[in-house]
Amino acid sequence: MGVRFPPPAVLKKKRKTLKTRTFKQGIHPEEFKELSENLAIQEAPLPPKVIIPLRQHIGAPLQPLVAKGDRVKTGQVIARADAFVSAPVHSSVTGMVKSVSNAASPLSASDTCIEIQTEEVEELDFDPAVVVDYQSLSTKQIIDSIRQAGIVGMGGAAFPTAVKFIPPEGVKIQTVVLNGCECEPFLTADHRLMLEAGENIVSGLKIIMKAVAAEKAIIGIETNKPDAIGKLTELCKDEPSIRVRAVKTKYPQGAEKMLIDAVLGIRVPPGKLPLHVGVVVSNVGTAAAVYEAVVKKIPLYKRVVTLSGDALSRPANLMVRIGTPFSFLFEHLGGFSKEVGKILMGGPMMGVAQFNPEVGVTKATSGILVVGKAKPRKEYNCINCAECVHNCPMFLVATKIARYARNDIWDKAEEYGALNCIECGCCSFVCPSNIPLVHWIRVAKNRIIEIKKEVKDKK
Amino acid sequence: MTDQLYPVLESSPHLKGRKSTPQVMYTVVALLMPMCVAGVYFFGTHALVRILLSTAVAMITEFVFLKLRKKDISAIWDGSAVITGILLALTLPPTLPLFEVALGSMVAIAIGKQVFGGIGFNIFNPALVGRAFLQASFPLDMTTWVKPFFFRLDSITTATPLGGLKFSNDLTPLKKVFLGNVGGSIGETSAILILITGVILLLMKMADWRIPVSIFSTVLVFSGILHLIDPQKYADPMFYLFSGSLMLGGFYMATDMVSSPITPLGSVIFGIGIGLMVMIIRIFGGLPEGVMFAILFMNSFVPLLNRYTRPRIFGEVKNE
Repeated sequence: MGVRFPPPAVLKKKRKTLKTRTFKQGIHPEEFKELSENLAIQEAPLPPKVIIPLRQHIGAPLQPLVAKGDRVKTGQVIARADAFVSAPVHSSVTGMVKSVSNAASPLSASDTCIEIQTEEVEELDFDPAVVVDYQSLSTKQIIDSIRQAGIVGMGGAAFPTAVKFIPPEGVKIQTVVLNGCECEPFLTADHRLMLEAGENIVSGLKIIMKAVAAEKAIIGIETNKPDAIGKLTELCKDEPSIRVRAVKTKYPQGAEKMLIDAVLGIRVPPGKLPLHVGVVVSNVGTAAAVYEAVVKKIPLYKRVVTLSGDALSRPANLMVRIGTPFSFLFEHLGGFSKEVGKILMGGPMMGVAQFNPEVGVTKATSGILVVGKAKPRKEYNCINCAECVHNCPMFLVATKIARYARNDIWDKAEEYGALNCIECGCCSFVCPSNIPLVHWIRVAKNRIIEIKKEVKDKK
Repeated sequence: MTDQLYPVLESSPHLKGRKSTPQVMYTVVALLMPMCVAGVYFFGTHALVRILLSTAVAMITEFVFLKLRKKDISAIWDGSAVITGILLALTLPPTLPLFEVALGSMVAIAIGKQVFGGIGFNIFNPALVGRAFLQASFPLDMTTWVKPFFFRLDSITTATPLGGLKFSNDLTPLKKVFLGNVGGSIGETSAILILITGVILLLMKMADWRIPVSIFSTVLVFSGILHLIDPQKYADPMFYLFSGSLMLGGFYMATDMVSSPITPLGSVIFGIGIGLMVMIIRIFGGLPEGVMFAILFMNSFVPLLNRYTRPRIFGEVKNE
């Protein structure tokens, strides 16, 4: 008679808290987070030179403001954003501009980059002692600060944040969803940031809420980060308008449409943005950057990067200056432990393979992974197993779209919703025949958009 | 240090799941083994020889066609021809002449699969194409059934439980049907074995659960209604479920990935269609069993089903 059951009310409550929300379908890749999740963020040493790409955001290109031989201070604007959808770039070090020319960036083989030779003594272009009371600022002032600091979405998409916070005429933002899912395997940068700079994130979130005039906010964090959930819940316990929600550890939980579905139960319609359902989604890293930009007037010139992968000797979470060459970071961490197969910027599911280890870190570099040589996998014919259909979070029929793309049938590819693909990679991940489905869908997306443009130009 | 790096450039994702096509195929082969063993137990070397012959001919035919089509011949090891060979043998009478077994297996691969373009492109289940060919060409041999004779030499012809019910209203006890000690095809007599391995197949996610579930529930509902109307004429629903080729067909033939729908709703409609056709043939048709024709018939609807049951895209609303 020693066993005593909890009264039904308690049981019900417990079940409710244990129940985590999520979206439908998706996959469970191995996480590999244990490599770096317990390593505190360390400041990376100053690199001897930085290579800062001018295209680090989605949108219009920038105008360089410096020329060869100019001396720049840390935090100084070195490229101006004239267009609305754009974000300026700041120098991440103090030193001499060595060149403004085309060089490789993580996203392109040749792009305008500013190379700066670093000086040992750092001079700041901003006052580190400044503290602004954001409560006294107007919406416009907050958004201007964000714009001037050059902040872009730091989860990887790199959309200019200030632009996202200006809803079109007639749209009312009700909810800010803060994305702390970090569903990509290996990456732990956001996780560490939530643990070590949770206060900044919450302050940043409050600033964002003020900027977009939202009444409530939800922070979504995957259940594989219980310490981060605990920390932020503790920080938000006196904030009735902010709620911390544990979401299921499932990929791609951090995709904005999936996260909104999980925490709010709203599905953003195809071709629409979260704005259309009155939601703004921001990454936790972006919120921390917003705090720095608005309260401390510090531009975005460094960020947390997870360095990991089975071929890297010593994984780490580093605070890295934008433009730091990848190779410098590899050497700082003791080089490689085995033969290198791939170098990736970002996570293994959506990251971009790099051909040149000399490229510089960008504002969207959440991680740099070095993976060992793997046996190439043979591609088989599609056997209609439907794994891609059963796992696609957007409910697309990947195998059909890929088949149409391979045979240049673009109208059919569009009819099957190719443009809705979020390129999360679930279909390619589960495909037993190793068909590069995402690759073919990307081809289809590009071609469909090209054709649409051609048709428009003809008119 | 980084000068000697030649990293690989590839489109994301850079992480891959564990499943591979040969692994899927060989898992199915492994799950078919208990039925092969049961077939040999019930029908002795007769069964063993036919299973081996059918599989060997299937692989040889695959090899010849790949060679003729100038394709990568290593594809014979992807496991799909092995499945076709074994599945065909399991659906054949244990005393079918060896020449006919070989011919059926050849037709299965040649006409059922390779003429369409090989793995992934066939419209019909290859093993069933082979069996349908044999049924049409050698109707007498294909309907001569023997009692399980274990390893004795003398074989006594008998009726299958479904044939017995249909032609002489003679009901075989359910327990016998369930365990498999009845007349029938090499690998179809023991319902319990197929049920167990079939459930494992579904749990391992090597087949779409919607297909067998919708087939079996349709058969249960259909025969349940008939049984309620006239319990004298129509047997217990369980009898219809566990006798004949329904178990093997439902778990292993209808779920053949290549020739079944890829959309969830399509799979359900496909399954219901098979269930209905099976019962219509069994009750109203001239043949005692209709699983083969039911599956082949529904196979032909798969492209149509895939087209009209495309899942609604995330966030898509009706009538917008």
